[in-house]
Amino acid sequence: MSQDARDAVGDYRYGFHDPENATIRFDFGLSEQVVRDISELKNEPQWMTDIRVKAFKHFIARPMPDWGNSEMLNSIDFEKVCYYLKSSKGSETDWEEVPEDIKNTFERLGIPDAEQKWLGGVTAQYESEVVYHSIREDLEEQGVVFLDMDSGLREYEDVVKQYFGSVVPYSDNKFSALNTAVWSGGSFLIIPEGVHVEMPVQAYFRINAKNMGQFERTLIIARPGSSVHYIEGCTAPTYSSDSLHSAVVELIAEEGAHIRYSTVQNWSANVYNLVTKRGVAYRNSTIEWVDGNIGSRLTMKYPAVILKEEGAHAEVISVAYSGEGQHQDAGSKVHHLAPNTSSRILAKSISKNGGRSSYRGLVKVSPKAHNCKVSVVCDALLLDEDSRSDTYPTMEVSNQSCVVEHEASVSKVSGEQLFYLMSRGHTEEEAMGMIINGFFEPFTKELPLEYASELNKLLEMEMEGSIG
Amino acid sequence: MHSLMKGILAPHLENMLTSCVLSISDLHVSVEGTVVIKGLSLEIQKGEVHAIMGRNGAGKSTLANVLMGHPDYEITQGSIHFNGTPLDELEVFERARAGMFLSFQYPQAIPGVQVGTFLRKSVQAVRKDDCPNNRELRDEMKAAMKILGVDNSFLARYVNDGFSGGEKKRLEILQMLLLKPKLAMLDETDSGLDIDALRMVADGINSISDDAACLVITHYQRLLDHVKPSHVHVMIDGRIVKEGGSELAIQVEDKGYDWLEPTNA
Repeated sequence: MSQDARDAVGDYRYGFHDPENATIRFDFGLSEQVVRDISELKNEPQWMTDIRVKAFKHFIARPMPDWGNSEMLNSIDFEKVCYYLKSSKGSETDWEEVPEDIKNTFERLGIPDAEQKWLGGVTAQYESEVVYHSIREDLEEQGVVFLDMDSGLREYEDVVKQYFGSVVPYSDNKFSALNTAVWSGGSFLIIPEGVHVEMPVQAYFRINAKNMGQFERTLIIARPGSSVHYIEGCTAPTYSSDSLHSAVVELIAEEGAHIRYSTVQNWSANVYNLVTKRGVAYRNSTIEWVDGNIGSRLTMKYPAVILKEEGAHAEVISVAYSGEGQHQDAGSKVHHLAPNTSSRILAKSISKNGGRSSYRGLVKVSPKAHNCKVSVVCDALLLDEDSRSDTYPTMEVSNQSCVVEHEASVSKVSGEQLFYLMSRGHTEEEAMGMIINGFFEPFTKELPLEYASELNKLLEMEMEGSIG
Repeated sequence: MHSLMKGILAPHLENMLTSCVLSISDLHVSVEGTVVIKGLSLEIQKGEVHAIMGRNGAGKSTLANVLMGHPDYEITQGSIHFNGTPLDELEVFERARAGMFLSFQYPQAIPGVQVGTFLRKSVQAVRKDDCPNNRELRDEMKAAMKILGVDNSFLARYVNDGFSGGEKKRLEILQMLLLKPKLAMLDETDSGLDIDALRMVADGINSISDDAACLVITHYQRLLDHVKPSHVHVMIDGRIVKEGGSELAIQVEDKGYDWLEPTNA
């Protein structure tokens, strides 16, 4: 790692990178031909090629968002991004078949170990393609489908054709258009009616190459009365040049289904993370986004739920951690379209060393949505005077019977709290780490234990050497 | 120590030869430019229980805070030694690890941090030399919680978050029992307690090791009915104006503080 890069990102523990052994690598830059080449390479049906090209044209025509962090957004050079890079022959179901260096990477990240101990299924994506996927036999026997998205398109073309872009159309925003044009990899998950997947399934996303663009596409369909907990993790090496991660995730929770989607985003500080995540919740179903943003230079991400039918429930718990040079612009969107729907948003952020966290939220209650319940709570914690926190909560309530609760707070770590903890034998850094872990506790307690302790360790490490 | 040697050795060397836990010499302390302690000297030996009494504003809590190392308090003159070590060489956490403990008048809430986790981490930080394993610690916790009349659900709550006054003080004493300090300082631990809670907190204080020294800060004598002090000091306006045995606490209870005012003396 160059000194520049070290200075830029501090002690990011996943910042190692492997030699790049590409089997296919596209030249930098984006054009209609690049889009067509990706589609052709994947041997896709014509309709998918057509959507990609339309999306590309929309991406070009659509202006950059003028909100969030325009300065950072406008500094992205789309001509200096590699839009497709493949480092393996295909997606394996046995780690032994995965190329040695890639396998080593995922071993360092603890994925095969976690898979054995507590996961129901795993996909691992490296650059543009999923290199490994597997699912427990018992889940497969119950009809659970867990594939990478490209295999999903090949094996379940009708399903993909029906749902692809139905929740997040390419025209939704500039980056959903970009993703639709150049998507590659991601997860395809179907839970059959009445099946409860007890162990979480996990997708892991790794960017290894410099100036890489990763554009995975995920579709999860929970049939009536089913349930699943899907977890994604992401890391990248530390480079002084930038990478771009722009995913689209679509969830469909049918009647009485329950989807929980947990993210621990820990990109290195040279990654732009611009992601569109949205779910549609049908009658009496629940969609939960548990969304942790620790890394990246700029994240703009607002997991959304459309409460389409009566009795549907949305739950969004998010935390954001912004250190030096980082901006986490995160939040949530919920649309109440039906009566007796409810939503609860809890957003917590910590800013340190000049980092910036923003909560940006939108809750819409349509005129027909009687007796809805909405709760939005935003808490920000500032660790020093240089850091910044902003809250942009928007509520558009068009039905008088709706009960809305909204609380927002900004606080600082008090000297008295630190003194109290230090008087119990803890150093100032340890004390700060404890306060921070406590602040994020409403989030971490929703994660599987293994993830929660990993996250706590991560935050404690962020505190090391940070107090002078 | 032989009386002939007294005064020949430097104070901290004297401390090393005796069982002196805390030695304060001519201490002056100011807070944000205001002088609050104006020349205070005090020695506490192993096993002794000292009470410092005085009205609000006499400088009692300042003394507790300065002993523990609160950054807002500045020592302008004098010295403090703990087991022979000059205190100004020790950071707050090092004081705790060396065996000092302060039961706070206003314990801080740490939302999201469970009492059980906090106790375990604190024991691990402070009792490095005789750190109990998980099982031993669980047994110690059980025994201490029994004395204080708190049940297991206490451990799952967040530190002082939404606690009543009595619960906060119980948690302070619970920490004290588990951290096994050599010097326990209790700042107004009796305030805001009902009679049952007071008795349990007193039982907790009385059950610390006979070797430990104890400094009880209070502005009334209630707690001293249950925790017998070997020495009582009365503090007025930043100085100790009167010293005695436990009978002094009773005199103060009867007569108040006015008769001890320097101008009336």
